[in-house]
Amino acid sequence: MSVMKRVTLIFRSKANKALDRMEDPRETLDYSYQRQLEMLQKVRRGVADVATSRKRVELQMNQIQQQSNKLEKQARNALGAGREDLAREALTRRSSAQSQLSDLQAQYASLQAEEEKLTVASQRLQSKVDAFRTRKETIKATYTAAEAQTRINEAFSGISEEMGDVGMAIQRAEDKTAQMQARAGAIDELLASGALEDVSGTPRDDIQAELDRMGAGSDVELELQKLRGELSSGSTPELEAGTGGNAATGNAPPRPAARPAPASDGVQSATEPTIPASDVGESAIPSADPPRTGDGT
Amino acid sequence: MIVRILGEGQLSVDDAAAAGLNELDAKLSDAIDRGDEAEFRRALKALAAGVRAAGTPVPPDSLQPSELILPYEDADLAEVRKMMTDEGLIPG
Repeated sequence: MSVMKRVTLIFRSKANKALDRMEDPRETLDYSYQRQLEMLQKVRRGVADVATSRKRVELQMNQIQQQSNKLEKQARNALGAGREDLAREALTRRSSAQSQLSDLQAQYASLQAEEEKLTVASQRLQSKVDAFRTRKETIKATYTAAEAQTRINEAFSGISEEMGDVGMAIQRAEDKTAQMQARAGAIDELLASGALEDVSGTPRDDIQAELDRMGAGSDVELELQKLRGELSSGSTPELEAGTGGNAATGNAPPRPAARPAPASDGVQSATEPTIPASDVGESAIPSADPPRTGDGT
Repeated sequence: MIVRILGEGQLSVDDAAAAGLNELDAKLSDAIDRGDEAEFRRALKALAAGVRAAGTPVPPDSLQPSELILPYEDADLAEVRKMMTDEGLIPG
């Protein structure tokens, strides 16, 4: 089992290196327990951070969905008033909004999955830390310093492996949230720039809209035709969703399960962490950190 | 034996299932050597699925170390390469 074996060896050697040994092995138990409590706090903070990012994405999805609905209405009105140019502009912007929206949906799903993973990891670590505490007290009460070493090693190997795993999970989640936050910042800028805004009466000199139009031209033509058809037949059914498929979801944040399939693959791979694994490995098992004072016990 | 899937937890795997897992591991190793990202992803997913199918979850309060550790199921090739060679710390 070459891959698993090699990963195991590396992982174990890192975990062992992370273990600072005291003169009396029984003191090492207390010190390690402190570190475990710190790690528990860290993973809980990690869960909270991911949740914050997820909420931010949710908020943006709502804003963009509203904008998209508004643009659709404007396109309809503009075409009704014989202003095809304005309708075209509105649909172009709507198309851009829809593509932002499907990107955000993928991010939302990814953050939600990350949050769940970290929550489970935190519960698992909690169970092991509790078990370690019990074991630690037994060892201290039962064995002399000389006798304790073997028992301590047994307890350590299991807990340090879990700590390493959780540490890496936190690091991965942090990398992922950092990337998402950069993207969320870009979307905030996009919203602030007015690229997705109200088009009624605005001059058509917006560069962003021009760029969007180049990419979204064919979609716009299709939607224009659809609107023409609707108007000529006298009915006004809801405009079907473009790339995002969200016209019917209103303002509710779309759940990941309802995420449209076409957008997911590309976006997903683009959101994966690109931080070198060496960094992850280095920080996975926090060995040299001094114990924080006032923590835990 | 106990196998850990990183980010997921530990599973107790019957020794009888080890042969099948060995085969999947060899495929994974091969994909890494060739730098074939697509095959690597398939093999890693297959190996994780194999471990899950053959294993039962270890109780969360167990302090037993794992005999084998499997990378994150969604890890990419570069990440796993690092995990296999990082700092050349292979003992013995």
